[in-house]
Parts: sequence; structure tokens; C-alpha cells
Amino acid sequence: MLNYIWAFMIGAGILYGAFTGNIEAVSNAALDSAGEAVDLCITMFGVMGFWVGLMEIAQKSGLVAKMTRGIGPFVSFLFPRIPKDHVAREYISTNIIANVLGLGWACTPAGLKAMQALRQLSEETCEKNRRLAETRSAKEARGKTGLDPNVASNEMCTFLILNISSLQLIPVTMIAYRSQYGSASPTAIVGPAILATAVSTAVAVVFCKMMDKKKRRDKINRRIPERRKTVRYPAFLKIPE
Amino acid sequence: MANALANLSGIIIPALIFYIVAYGIVNGNNVYEDFIKGAADGLKTVVQIMPTLIGLMMGVGILRASGLLDFLGKAAGRLTEGFGIPADLVPLIFVKLFSSSAATGLVLDLFKNYGTDSRIGLITSIMMSCTETCFYTMSVYFLAAKVTKTRYTLAGALIATAAGIAMSVVLAGVMLAGG
Repeated sequence: MLNYIWAFMIGAGILYGAFTGNIEAVSNAALDSAGEAVDLCITMFGVMGFWVGLMEIAQKSGLVAKMTRGIGPFVSFLFPRIPKDHVAREYISTNIIANVLGLGWACTPAGLKAMQALRQLSEETCEKNRRLAETRSAKEARGKTGLDPNVASNEMCTFLILNISSLQLIPVTMIAYRSQYGSASPTAIVGPAILATAVSTAVAVVFCKMMDKKKRRDKINRRIPERRKTVRYPAFLKIPE
Repeated sequence: MANALANLSGIIIPALIFYIVAYGIVNGNNVYEDFIKGAADGLKTVVQIMPTLIGLMMGVGILRASGLLDFLGKAAGRLTEGFGIPADLVPLIFVKLFSSSAATGLVLDLFKNYGTDSRIGLITSIMMSCTETCFYTMSVYFLAAKVTKTRYTLAGALIATAAGIAMSVVLAGVMLAGG
């Protein structure tokens, strides 16, 4: 998916730029943005080093585990198949809490660590599913949901959709811009923003739950048990009924 | 009120740092060692996502500089007027899907041209508060997990974003009618 989107961005941009005489701006932009990305990464080195370092302290001291218990029911509802003591739950909880509090830069480190932990979990699940499906080789499993860890797991999809739906309660930066541009009441949008965020998040949760149910039914209940049943015994081993 | 909020967010981070370190010390942990270990971990993650960031920002840069993003925004704007979304907001919606910093630039332009408390100003304020940068988040997060097939993530993200935009338009209408 991203493969095509990216190719479209580059291809269409260059063609359009060539036809409208912006081609010079395009070639400058390509190099400049690559440079900007590196600048951003240098800033991120500091931020990620700092927050992930703090998170490690909070994790070792049991603080994260305490917070995780606090929003445990919510996380269990969204991610029912992540084992209770798995580290992915801690990162997901940290990410959600940082999001809600609007600690922008603290969300991404926790989010990225959560994705890595989900990847690990997905590898284990895929391994198990492959064994259940018996004959599936690594090659056969390529690109198949629940068998190939390079395919996003349901947990990853849910986690990302939730992040993109925005969980922030108080839009601090927006309030700052509004007061900077002379709003009569910069904070007037807080109530509506919370409501809009609640709706977009609710839509995201409903969508994820629906997809999760559907995919699980397709995958676990049908395909894999069927394969298990088709193990053939020689006729003389069959138990007469 | 705005100042109180700004102060609150100013104090929340130092307070959090203090609390985390103090909690670790009280629990008898080697907080310095833990911090160093975590920091190394964080740096490794940045190195991992760096190539995606370069690729993605290059793509967005090309798309913006060519003028195609503006053109698409204006073209789509004619369609969205029918749903009550002002055409001026469509480039913003597009850009916000790709890049948060580019979107901020557009937001400030809109505030300058229409005022923060106009209909467009209000929709912008609410809309920017209830959605995140879709493609950026997806590529960076999925890269960290080394996932290539993203399944229904994009569909879900776009549906949630659309719900947020619809709510912004409705709520801005309510605010104007009420105020």
C-alpha cells in the first residue's frame, strides 16, 4: 500500500512539476526535504534518548506496571489477545497515557517500542499458527495474515488506528496558535475538540473491533482447524464406528 | 485560562521527570544505569526509522513543490463545498494526512486570512485537534515493526479521520449558532 502511495507521490510530483515549470523547485525540494529529515532525526536523537531513558527507569521501578494496571481494563478490551504480563501492554499503556495528556514527544518513543513488542508477539503467534497448519512452509506462508510476521497483526492495526484517531484531551498547541492570532477566546475549542476526538476515537474502536472479529473468524475458526482435520491415516488405522 | 493551560503543560513535564526519577530511587533502583540503557535503546530506534523519514519527507517535499498538492486540494474543494466543507480547508486536510509541520503552516495562513473565530477558523481549530498525521505515523510505526503489509490500517485511519472532520464541521456550526 505505502509502496504505491510513495511511488505516486514521487512520480506524479515530478511529472506535474515538469508540466507546470516547477521542475527546479521540485529538485530543490527533494534534496532539501531529505536534509530536513536528517535534521529532524538529530532532534529526535535527543528526544528519544531522553524519553526512552526515563521510560526504562519507570519500567524497572514498577511505575509503568502500576499505570498499566490503572488503564488495564481499557487495554484488555482493545487488545484481548495480548498476554497479561507481556511488555507490549506496558508500552501501549504508556503511549495511550502520554497521548491523552498531550505529551507529544513522549508518545512516539513508547509507540515505537510498542510496535517492536507487538512484532515479537506476532512472530510467536505466526510460529505457532504455522505449526498448527502443519505443512505450511515459510515460503507458502509469505504474505498470509497470522502466518507471516511481515503482515500487520490485528493488534498492530488497532494500535495504529487508535493513535491516528488522536486521543489528546487538551489541544495545547492549537490553543497557543489561537491566542497568538488574536482569538477572543482561545480555549473555546476545548469542549468541541474533546467531543470530536471522542467521536473519531469511538469510530476507530468500533471499526477495529469489527475488523478484528471478522478476520479472526476467517483465520482461526475456518482455515487452520480444517487443515488439522485433513491429516490422513491409513485405512486400517480407522476406528470402525 | 489560556495562560493557566500553558503553565500547566509547562510544569507537567518537569514534574513527571522528577516523579519518575524519585520513584526509581525510592524503590532502590540504579536509575542512572537504567537511563543509559534506555537512552541507547531510543537512539537505536531513531537510526531504524531514519531511512523512512528521509523517503517520506522527500516524497511530501516533491509533491508540495510541484504544486500538485495545491491543485488536488482546489479540485477536491469544489466537490466538498456540497458537504459544507469550505474549499479553503481541503488543502489543509490533504497536507495534514502527510505532514504535521506543513499543516501548521497552512493553519496559521488560514487564521491570518479568516480570523480564528470565523467559521473556517473554528473548523480548523477543532479539526487539527482531533486527527493525527496518518501516513507519517503509519510509515514510521510500521517500519519500527518491520511490517510490509498493513492490511486495514489505512482504511480505519481514514474513516476515523473523516469522522473527526465531520464532527468539526458540525460542532463549529453549533458554536456559531450558540455564540
